[in-house]
Amino acid sequence: MPVKIHLSSHVRSYTGGQAQVEAEGETLVEVMADLERRYPGIRFRVIDEQGRIRAHMNFFVGELLVRDLCHPIRPGDKVYILGALSGG
Amino acid sequence: MVTARRTVGSKPVPRRAAPAGPGMVSGRVALLVATRKGAFVLRGDSRRRDWRIEGPHFLGNETNHLVSDPRDGKTWLLAAKTGHLGPTVFRSTDGGRNWNEAQRPPAFPKAPEGQQGPAIDRVFCLTPGHASQPGVWWAGGVPHALFRSEDGGANWELVGGFSDYLAGLRAKEPARFFPTPGGAITHSILVDPRDPSHMYVSLSTGGCFETADAGATWRPLNEGVSADFLPDPHPEFGQDPHCVVWSPADPDRLYQQNHCGVYRLDRPGVRWERIGKSLPAKVGDIGFPIAVHPRNADTVWVFPMDGTKVWPRTCPGGRPAVFRSRNGGRSWVRQSKGFPERHGWFTVFRQAMTCDAQDPVGLYLGTTTGEIWVSGDEGGSWRQAASHLPQVLAVATLER
Repeated sequence: MPVKIHLSSHVRSYTGGQAQVEAEGETLVEVMADLERRYPGIRFRVIDEQGRIRAHMNFFVGELLVRDLCHPIRPGDKVYILGALSGG
Repeated sequence: MVTARRTVGSKPVPRRAAPAGPGMVSGRVALLVATRKGAFVLRGDSRRRDWRIEGPHFLGNETNHLVSDPRDGKTWLLAAKTGHLGPTVFRSTDGGRNWNEAQRPPAFPKAPEGQQGPAIDRVFCLTPGHASQPGVWWAGGVPHALFRSEDGGANWELVGGFSDYLAGLRAKEPARFFPTPGGAITHSILVDPRDPSHMYVSLSTGGCFETADAGATWRPLNEGVSADFLPDPHPEFGQDPHCVVWSPADPDRLYQQNHCGVYRLDRPGVRWERIGKSLPAKVGDIGFPIAVHPRNADTVWVFPMDGTKVWPRTCPGGRPAVFRSRNGGRSWVRQSKGFPERHGWFTVFRQAMTCDAQDPVGLYLGTTTGEIWVSGDEGGSWRQAASHLPQVLAVATLER
């Protein structure tokens, strides 16, 4: 079942400017793999080659901040991929 | 005086045939300026006096290097990341009009399950490959890693021979590869124009290394170079070269601006000579960049910074100046005409000073305060070509 993914402005260049897209998967790993298939290049910008969420990106499932990509995704969940409050 | 030796370690190394050398280039010059907040292109008029700014490209991206491919004249590669997003490489095959992201950017292999592997934090430098290998590019990473592309920068592979070699050195001497404030930087990738398998690569910190087989095996090349931040100030490796260049007129002539001075090496010799000692004592020989004349191996420029006491890393005394040597570093002349005479408290990073191949040679530098300075007379006088840009990380020339 597709889940809705909300994207902050940082990665919308990969989705043609869309702030909300859909992807499928039962974990964040699977969701991100599907998102990469749909929008090539997006995964590596937010997750490093060792499978770690980049330090200045935040993943939320609903209201829950998640750092483990094995986190399960249930039907109806909303996933948020957001830039953290960093900069300078 | 530097005496060329005929050996590297215990192995005899033949002196390579002299290259054809670069010819004088006559035409318009453009500067490819990479900054902490995006890239800019400065296009000069025929006299290199007035400069028109284009950009920014990739506004908000930390762009560490923007380089054109001299082999086709139209391919540009740009190393970028943002404060949030991971590092990548963007490619243009039409001189910067349109861009595509690399399909497989530089990255380490995934570590086996249960092990912690490194992740690339930044692509620091991009270097076109040998003229006989169109499409080949090299990239230096942070942390230390060398990458190679064979398709014009679309897909990148880690050079495993270099990583394996460094892992062996780290196992032997773990304290010799300190990260700098900018990370553990791989830089100054030099491809011998006479032999694509012969290369130099430098690490901050780690030292300068040489391969004669396109990266399969490596050896250190740091004899004579100080490392006063280590208990042993003359180690086999572990030094902090800031920028290493070779002379296009004689690739056997190398210069190095190091954390601990300015050096020269004439291959196949292996011992660097500290030529910075002949700079004025009140200026010192600490700095980041170094540039060498395209047609005269004895002419070299440095931009010293204050490396005393707490290391301000600003222009010594607040008086910006380039120093030029025309005799391989035996003596130096201060070149400051046009720069602020006082209260110039910037510096110039390692990839932010370069020269063109015109006659007379043009010199270019970008400052930590977002200024671009140009000289159309080999450093004799300087003009500000741009100000108020973001912090300049790299400057490269494009000549038509």
